[in-house]
Amino acid sequence: MRKCLALLLLIPGMALAAGSNYPLDDVDIDLTDKASLQNGAKIFMNYCLGCHQMQYQRYQRTFNDLGIPEELGEEYLQFTGEKVSDYITTPMPQEGAATWFGAPPPDLTLVARVRGPEWLYTYLRTFYKEEGKTFGVNNLVFPNVGMPHVLEPLQGTPVKVYREKMVDGEMQKTEVFDVVATGGALTPEEYDETIRDLVNFLEYTGEPTRLKSEAIGRNVLIFIAIFFVLAYLLKKEYWRDVK
Amino acid sequence: MSGFLSWIEQRIPMMRVANMHAIQYPAPRNMNMWYAFGFLATIVLVNQIVTGIWLTMNFEPSAERAFASVEYIMREVDYGWLIRYMHSTGASAFFVVVYLHMFRGMMYGSYQKPRELLWVFGMLIYLALMAEAFMGYVLPWGQMSYWGAQVIVSLFSAIPVIGPDLVEWIQGDYVISGATLNRFFALHVIALPLVIVILVFLHIVALHEVGSNNPDGVAIKHKKGSLPESEKTKWQIHEYYTSKYDIADDVVPFFPHIVLKDLVAFAVFLFAFCYILFFAPEMDGKFLEHPNFEIANPLKTPEHIFPVWYFTPFYAILKAVPDKLGGVLTMFAAIGFLFALPWFDRSNVRSWRYRSGLHKVNLLVFAAVFVFLGYLGGTPQENWKITASQICTVMYFGFFILLFIYSKNEKTKPVPERIPR
Amino acid sequence: MSEVSVDAKESSQNPSNPSSEGRRKFLTVATSVVGAVGVAGAAVPFIASWQPSARAKAAGADVEVDISGLQEGQLIRVMWRSKPVWVVKRTPEILAELSKVEDKLKDPNSQAEQQPAYASNQYRSIKEDILVLVGICTHLGCSPQFLAEGAFTEYEEGVENGFFCPCHGSKFDMAGRVFKNVPAGLNLVVPPYNFIDDNTILIGSDAEVA
Repeated sequence: MRKCLALLLLIPGMALAAGSNYPLDDVDIDLTDKASLQNGAKIFMNYCLGCHQMQYQRYQRTFNDLGIPEELGEEYLQFTGEKVSDYITTPMPQEGAATWFGAPPPDLTLVARVRGPEWLYTYLRTFYKEEGKTFGVNNLVFPNVGMPHVLEPLQGTPVKVYREKMVDGEMQKTEVFDVVATGGALTPEEYDETIRDLVNFLEYTGEPTRLKSEAIGRNVLIFIAIFFVLAYLLKKEYWRDVK
Repeated sequence: MSGFLSWIEQRIPMMRVANMHAIQYPAPRNMNMWYAFGFLATIVLVNQIVTGIWLTMNFEPSAERAFASVEYIMREVDYGWLIRYMHSTGASAFFVVVYLHMFRGMMYGSYQKPRELLWVFGMLIYLALMAEAFMGYVLPWGQMSYWGAQVIVSLFSAIPVIGPDLVEWIQGDYVISGATLNRFFALHVIALPLVIVILVFLHIVALHEVGSNNPDGVAIKHKKGSLPESEKTKWQIHEYYTSKYDIADDVVPFFPHIVLKDLVAFAVFLFAFCYILFFAPEMDGKFLEHPNFEIANPLKTPEHIFPVWYFTPFYAILKAVPDKLGGVLTMFAAIGFLFALPWFDRSNVRSWRYRSGLHKVNLLVFAAVFVFLGYLGGTPQENWKITASQICTVMYFGFFILLFIYSKNEKTKPVPERIPR
Repeated sequence: MSEVSVDAKESSQNPSNPSSEGRRKFLTVATSVVGAVGVAGAAVPFIASWQPSARAKAAGADVEVDISGLQEGQLIRVMWRSKPVWVVKRTPEILAELSKVEDKLKDPNSQAEQQPAYASNQYRSIKEDILVLVGICTHLGCSPQFLAEGAFTEYEEGVENGFFCPCHGSKFDMAGRVFKNVPAGLNLVVPPYNFIDDNTILIGSDAEVA
């Protein structure tokens, strides 16, 4: 035990592992699914941008990459900023936000690269009602989260229940919790699909060059393979002389 | 054209140097693909310098703008993302090829007499490279940049008496700050690259003075007049070498033979490099760590913090010692022992092909321990890992101690006079 | 050490099987060509990265100018792509002067392509009285001064209004046309622009083709 303490003192930056071990759900990320990305952008602009910004990403780029005509984008998706070439920033003053929420809401441009899509997908689907919390909610993957459940109108009011599993032909409670919501505008399936679109969009903004990178990469790899064959044959040709 | 070339040649010996060192340089003909990693390291060095120059064109070294300017490069500069990924992937690739290059030297005894200085220059390059990589990692000013710098700089506080003042002096502030970022930037983009380039030059000069080793560890240069004409090489070798030695029929000229071999290795390397570059530049959080996509926050440490993968073996050694100063000293000793490898090994036989089974096992265990230490230092802390790190640390040093003991009177196989056909 | 071996490859080869000469040559050329293409391809991102970035393009976007308050004979400066752009409302006297100075000009009929097609007329503008110019001298890039109501006569006898570049003395008339015997060789540039309505100019784009 003393050894452990010494180690903690030794590494000042090393914190104790916090957070939860809640099992993360898989999410089907598809950056070529324009409809999904567009819906994700719509959800982001309507529900997230009130507090979170994307200060490194521009509307124009987003609209172009997602196949949204700029005029339509400006009219239906752009609630802040003056020009379509502006960054996606929030009108909420950041200092005020720090006092209201304890910390300013993090910028979301890169959140998918920090957390990973599975985490985001699970996190956004596991808010649950809990009295006594600042915003009346808690979260299964992010305990004591300092964010209200802004998607409640879509999901409904979620409550925490034990996940059940079929054991010997009988449903039994497991140690893992699930969230069940009622009274939302969407069915649970529609809600999951909506969150998937949102996460897909966040994955896109994290690295908007991903598809371009892979397209170039394929050609580059083919080119190198051709070069390898030629270089190999040439090498063999010259090394034939070495006996 | 040839008139112009000889006009130049009479004033600066370009062709003579090229012939001596890149064309008619005698290279052992049994050099295998392990010998390509030196060439690949040079290629990666050039990649780092060129992409680095391009990155400084848009990077802003201040605490306020560094993170945003990296995202600016990634999103707004045409192909900025590609140049940045070339640089970040190149950093890891550098260590991959350098580690393999070092292991090759250990397998074939390339550090032994008369190549001790060659090894020492190589180790100096490795040391400079670690400093270069560490400072480069601070520049994007993400969470890992910040807290990694915090931990590494804090190592100096272990030094008795002057430690705390030294840390403040390095930081230029009471914490890691914009001042630290700025001085690291200056060192990263000019001071250390200059040092590395000079060391690489010296490394190659030292190599060409003593000549390349080979997988059999057999000398290719023989005493003048000791070889009959029939056993001398038929290839055209520069007279700089042939006038001093009899060059055995065991060599090929550097160009085209070795160059073509390196070219093939280069194509293979480039394929792997580009695959990572275009399809998995984060390498699952190993090359670009996930928390580093979040801007540095001096008030919040990430849940788990590790150095980048190439530092983790030494990080594990650091953590294995339950004493601050002791840990730092052990870590530096681990690097110091590597420096002194030529003097730990007292054998006259170079290549492990002709050495004892004990030596082979010792070396392979060392390599495995090094990799395992890397794993231990790069994954979240658990209790068993502390014990494992301690055992591995002992084994790490044990390699050198054992080598020192058994190499004096090691049972080796007879080494052939000439490279076996 | 006097001889210079330029073709070292030739000299360092042992006599080899002559039947492979052609194959060897072909592979050498093919590998070299593919390698050269690879190097050229690798240079593309480095060259392309010097293009104006998305930030520069956003900052260089079209600029709207409100000219409802612009008085006759007045010049206003606006910033477009970090360059000064002048908008001048010319008086009837200034317009009358344009045809009088023509024989003193290098390119009175605007032959050189220093203006969009729709400004390639005697006034070098869409509307007769409204002149839009990039306020940068075509000599070495200084920004000329606007000298009106007789102030220009000091530099060009008998001409009341014009632009004078303080750096090297180039002179331009009130359509941005360059005078003879000055270092600048070309007329001032007319940027692409169009009228959104009577009182608003959009600098940076041509009128949309309806």
